[in-house]
Amino acid sequence: MQTVKMVVTGPFSAGKTEFIRSVSEIDVVSTERKISSASERTMKEATTVAMDFGRITVDEDLVLYLFGTPGQRRFDFMWEILSEGMLGFIVMVDSTRPETFREARSILATFHAYAPTPYVVAANKQDMKEAWDIDDMRHVLRLDSNIKLLSCIAHDRASVKAILLELLYSILSNMENGEK
Amino acid sequence: MALRGNLRDFTITQLLNLINLAHKTGALIVEGPNQTARVAFRDGKLAYAQVDHEDSSLAAVLHKAKKLNSGQYRSIQQRAAHIPDKELGLLLINAGYLSQDEILVNLQQHYTEIVQRLFTWVEGFFHFDIDSLPPDERICVRMDLENLIIQGSRQMREWEQLQDEIPSLDMSLKFADRPGANLHNVNLSVEEWRVVSYINPRNTIRQIASATKLNDLEIRRIVYGLLQAGLIEITRLESVATQAPNVRVFPTEDKEEQKSLINRLINRIRSL
Repeated sequence: MQTVKMVVTGPFSAGKTEFIRSVSEIDVVSTERKISSASERTMKEATTVAMDFGRITVDEDLVLYLFGTPGQRRFDFMWEILSEGMLGFIVMVDSTRPETFREARSILATFHAYAPTPYVVAANKQDMKEAWDIDDMRHVLRLDSNIKLLSCIAHDRASVKAILLELLYSILSNMENGEK
Repeated sequence: MALRGNLRDFTITQLLNLINLAHKTGALIVEGPNQTARVAFRDGKLAYAQVDHEDSSLAAVLHKAKKLNSGQYRSIQQRAAHIPDKELGLLLINAGYLSQDEILVNLQQHYTEIVQRLFTWVEGFFHFDIDSLPPDERICVRMDLENLIIQGSRQMREWEQLQDEIPSLDMSLKFADRPGANLHNVNLSVEEWRVVSYINPRNTIRQIASATKLNDLEIRRIVYGLLQAGLIEITRLESVATQAPNVRVFPTEDKEEQKSLINRLINRIRSL
């Protein structure tokens, strides 16, 4: 059995676990714990403290694992471990929380430094009325026009599929360009 | 209970706040990684500050502030080194060199700078000694701590933001590949140029800080500025990258098989 992996990262409460849950064929193996910090608890009740992962079986020989990283900085020692051997990564950003954009940028830079593999940025919660416009987010996140910043709704399977496919297209294109 | 502990648990700003609110008298001794600072307070107000191995005498402070030229400073050191600062201050005032206000303002500035420097210390032990008073020969001031506490809080916020931007000093730096990024057309300070001269994927940010004698806050500030300007990028340390185990992304080395694998993944995701 061959296995490959992708990593879903992003700031605290960006929707990483939900994203994986939307496409995983198994219940996401999550290590969520009750949040101790009062300020963080205002966002949600539990958070990913180590990592979670979902699985998509491609065929009898190949399995894709999706690893979600813990969003809080105090668990960032896990990031490098999780980034090892990944095909590519997805940076989730909550479009309704501009206060997390700077951190998203920093996480993106850190992951890119760990492994210069293809990545896409998913602007989550685009269905919410307070969501930032994609073009404005690209500007604030300082993403070059060649980096894919995609609209996303993490609880919508079609939306998550589209993000995964865009990342796979980028990986394929990267491989083909590398051969030229 | 004795006021002692570790800067990781209790920040300088929190300590100043406590000293201010409790109107404490005594000296706060902070043992940092490389230096020890002694800051004295009287009734919750800043009285005196000194970092070991640094001359906090009145003559040295006035020389540093360019109120005494090198000749005058040397002359005082040779002929009046034994004179207490209070007496030296009176001599300077009576001789019409400086006013009392000028002397006090310069001392306040010097002590303030020492406390501001302490805000950048994140490692170290502290204790508050109620029996320790400033040396008799030194001039004490009486400065409210509120402004320093506000400054410290601002610096803490800046520190936290910089830590978010540059989470680890064990990463290295490289020049951005951006076309048109030309360092020679950018105005950099002397410190920034010194940092730039060490930029190389083989040097960690921590090593650059050590070589340029910058503390954690200062190096983060400079690196952040250079990153913002798009001149440099954070990268993984080259030697570490080459030493790291060769983790395989694909289960096969064959390029065609790799492409086939990606296409299988694409087809599977489409069918979900």
